[in-house]
Amino acid sequence: MNITFLFLAVIAAIVAWWLAQQRLTAKPWLEAGSIGDTGASSLPAAKIGLGVFLAVVSSLFALLISAYSMRMEMGEWKPAPVPKLLWLNTGALILSSGALQWARVAAHRGRLDRVRAVLLAGGIFAFAFLAGQLVAWRQLDAAGYYLTANPAAAFFYLITGVHGLHLLGGLVALGRTMDKAWQGAKLDQMRLSVDLCATYWHFLLFVWLVLFSLLLLTDPIESDSGLVSLIGRIF
Amino acid sequence: MAIAFALILVLVVIGSVLFHVLSPWWMTPIASNWGYIDGTINLTFWITGAGYIAIILFMAYCVFRFRHQEGRRAAYQPENNKLEWSLGIGTTVAVLALLGPGLVVWYQYIEVPKGAAEIEVMGQQWQWSFRLPGKDGLLGTSDPRYVGSGNTLGLNPSDPNGQDDVVIDGGDLHLALGKPVKVLLRSIDVVHDFYVPEFRARMDLMPGLVTYFWFTPTRTGTFEVLCAAFCGVGHDAMRGSVVVDKESDYQAWLQKQHTFAELSARAKKVNLPQ
Amino acid sequence: MVDIGAAEAIPSAEVEDVELYHAKSWVTKYVFCQDAKVIAIQYSITAIGIGLVALVLSWLIRLQLAFPGSFSIITPSNYYQFVTMHGMIMVIYLLTALFLGGFGNYLIPLMVGARDMVFPYVNMLSYWVYFLAVLVLVASFFAPGGPTGAGWTLYPPQAILAGTPGQDWGIILMLASLILFIIGFTMGGLNYVVTVLQGRTRGMTMMRLPLTVWGIFTATILALLAFPALFVASVMMLFDRVLGTSFFMPAIVQAGEHLKYGGGSPILFQHLFWFFGHPEVYIVALPAFGIVSDLISTHARKNIFGYRMMVWALVSIAVLSFVVWGHHMYISGMNPPFGFFFATSTLIIAVPTAIKVYNWVLTLWRGDIHLTVPMLFALGFIVTFVNGGITGLFLGNVIVDVPLSATMFVVAHFHMVMGIAPILVVFGGIYHWYPKITGRMLNERLGQFHFWVTFLGAYLIYFPMHYLGFIGVPRRYYELGETAFVPASAATLNVAITAAALVVGAAQTVFFFNVIWSLFKGKLAGGNPWKATTLEWQTPQTPPGHGNWGKELPVVYRWAYDYSVPGAGQDFLPQNQPPAKQAPQAAPS
Repeated sequence: MNITFLFLAVIAAIVAWWLAQQRLTAKPWLEAGSIGDTGASSLPAAKIGLGVFLAVVSSLFALLISAYSMRMEMGEWKPAPVPKLLWLNTGALILSSGALQWARVAAHRGRLDRVRAVLLAGGIFAFAFLAGQLVAWRQLDAAGYYLTANPAAAFFYLITGVHGLHLLGGLVALGRTMDKAWQGAKLDQMRLSVDLCATYWHFLLFVWLVLFSLLLLTDPIESDSGLVSLIGRIF
Repeated sequence: MAIAFALILVLVVIGSVLFHVLSPWWMTPIASNWGYIDGTINLTFWITGAGYIAIILFMAYCVFRFRHQEGRRAAYQPENNKLEWSLGIGTTVAVLALLGPGLVVWYQYIEVPKGAAEIEVMGQQWQWSFRLPGKDGLLGTSDPRYVGSGNTLGLNPSDPNGQDDVVIDGGDLHLALGKPVKVLLRSIDVVHDFYVPEFRARMDLMPGLVTYFWFTPTRTGTFEVLCAAFCGVGHDAMRGSVVVDKESDYQAWLQKQHTFAELSARAKKVNLPQ
Repeated sequence: MVDIGAAEAIPSAEVEDVELYHAKSWVTKYVFCQDAKVIAIQYSITAIGIGLVALVLSWLIRLQLAFPGSFSIITPSNYYQFVTMHGMIMVIYLLTALFLGGFGNYLIPLMVGARDMVFPYVNMLSYWVYFLAVLVLVASFFAPGGPTGAGWTLYPPQAILAGTPGQDWGIILMLASLILFIIGFTMGGLNYVVTVLQGRTRGMTMMRLPLTVWGIFTATILALLAFPALFVASVMMLFDRVLGTSFFMPAIVQAGEHLKYGGGSPILFQHLFWFFGHPEVYIVALPAFGIVSDLISTHARKNIFGYRMMVWALVSIAVLSFVVWGHHMYISGMNPPFGFFFATSTLIIAVPTAIKVYNWVLTLWRGDIHLTVPMLFALGFIVTFVNGGITGLFLGNVIVDVPLSATMFVVAHFHMVMGIAPILVVFGGIYHWYPKITGRMLNERLGQFHFWVTFLGAYLIYFPMHYLGFIGVPRRYYELGETAFVPASAATLNVAITAAALVVGAAQTVFFFNVIWSLFKGKLAGGNPWKATTLEWQTPQTPPGHGNWGKELPVVYRWAYDYSVPGAGQDFLPQNQPPAKQAPQAAPS
């Protein structure tokens, strides 16, 4: 559960930082009168909303990783070898995230034509990632590590699947942003949409890098190696 | 209305106390060494009970004393730091008074004394089976995968330690009076819980794991075993009996039991003619 | 009086009419409506509707316990299905949905002085996904084999194996419904959190918020972080059941047959379930804490005692609630030393909780107590909550839990603390805010009758039930039968409890009659019948119109509890009332 505790600690730190700005020790009954600053953020609500949503998704992945490591620690752990293809997929996701970052910069500079082109590229790379993940699944399946082969395999499909579904959801949002870009929506609306998409993409890239490194770290280890319980304990 | 309300609150308190004093229902007489558990329950009962009565009576008094009347106006008092902190600290002390003894007893509970005899309880829908180590004093290994004809408990047939294990499938478990036992628990299907109210001590049977607890029977007699972790439609019928005997009776009973080796040999014989 | 000045710095918040969206048709006004107030009513009606199913199920459970074997329709399978569905509906589909979706949607925008939630469209979707979750749940009653009877905790391996009722369709629909519920809730939860963060009107600092908003806000954050655990557990179990994976399934021999599962861990499910399940208790309790604080303060005409401490206690309870889940698993066979940690954290959480109780009763001290119906329910809550809270000190203390775990003591404890107590608050809240929602008062006489029967009846049900647990009567038993250690008199007690349960259940018809009758015939309420300070009572219209505030948002000048301020003419000062030129004498702090 360590990664879940780590996640909770990060959330607690954010909450504490935020609460510290809300003058929790003020005695509100002594302060009749107007107060100009309510402590609300100057960011648009949509960005705050996305931030809260990412916290929820982080909780989901932290718990998945915790479940993975707790199960790993319990013995009889025969993980599938990590398909080499995942390296290529990781590259595609990095490119996709990079493209969205480029789109964000372009949107802030008002270069609508470039925004369109780069968004499209980002979408294509994201699709490439998803397609690559599907191929990796088929490779594993063919190698005998099918879904019900053992818990390690099942975890692999589950975690990559949940991640893929989140990216798929992101692609819906990206599609709507692209629609805006082509319909010629107001530039500040565009900026917000592109910003949100880019943030979400970076987040999913980060989650993927954590998941991928976890898979690599536990790749050749079977439960008879002492390393597995060590890693299980660390996460 | 306010007077009636305050009065009813007082009656609720008095009624609760009277119910406790007059009702015939309380903990089943204990039959193990875990008197400390009862002690902790009683301690908790009196400390929290006093708190409960104090709070409700104070509330009843406030409702009566400060009921709305013509011309009354509430006091204006946003907070009283000293009062709040001292109440908080007082509560912390009371809570620690509960926690301290509780943790001490828990430590005793999870530390099995040396020399406790190991026995095994196995649960499956919806019956109990038991196993005692044979003359070697060791229980053989087991796994649900070994379960089959003549091996209902899933003992490892190639483990020499298991051959002389006494298998009790369908009968009562007997224990010797005054001898500490470490009970090892396992299940081959779903979660069960080995619950004998008189022993106080207990633990779940978690499939895939071997769990344990220990106790010393201190009273002879027959005690009912209930399953106390929901395990399917037959949950309430999953009963068994533990008989606590004097040493001589226990030995007499033990002589009549069969070992794993005997049972598997018999199963082979039955199967051969076919 | 601290001079914070800057009165002129606040800009006008008048909005152009185009920004106030309007529903264009009947369907968008009442069905796919984006107005949080309508969504709140939709949530409430759906939650209470499915809650009535749970009430009827509880009657059937009680009838079986009092008169075992007398009802041919209550078979063991049915009984466990009733128990499971009753628990699941009450905890998730009624209480969680009603407090957050119902009270949250109605009160947050009004109390923080916003026009609506920040993402109204997502808010609308939230309700409809919840509605779908309820439909799937209801569908399981009609599926072949009926709903799942695995107990509301749905522990594997039992939950998905033969031998448990509803293992073919019931469990699948249950898990699907939970997954939908969590998705729907997340949509709503984002709204509640972000509206409190960003939607507060001018002058509404966090420390000026009524505790109701604080309670719902912290509970929502808990829920957003905890529900993913249930989501993960549900998805994994669904995989085990439908696709044959073995996340939670070790090697199993059932009825002599070797099943295809192997290598999974049932205790992993319990960790995930309770990582959600314990915060869930507070997801229900924290909104109740908040609401009850406001009810007591308003009807005792006195500021809530120790507002800052109340806020800090809410936050500490919320934080601690994530590190206590193991107290549900003391005897599960988890690593025994964990018991030390979880017992300590669990008992520590009693301290901020006790401080809240003290502050409620100290608010009564030297108050001007109006025993209105909402106040009755609030005070009734304190009794049942304290009672249920102290039995929590039994079960939280690891060694005391050993003999009491999974007995009727546990059933009595959690019904008292997270069944009866929050439901009394729900009723208190409805009696309190009904005038704002409908413009009419609920009938007081009927309300008093409803309170006394519900409160005393519930106490009579659950107080004696603890003693069955002391004897050692296990929970989830279809039929106890002849059991040597249980005296015959326990059966009489069960009959008495059932009689009380039937009466309490039947008395709820009085409440429903009151709600419907008063809608048409109730006394007209006016805008602020309780003379309350918080913003929802200061709307230009009652019931509040779309957009809540007309053309201009309110400006907040003071905290939510200016009752009986010395020197002020009336015994309450609404939050949006500017300070008088001559500031009233500040009280000693």
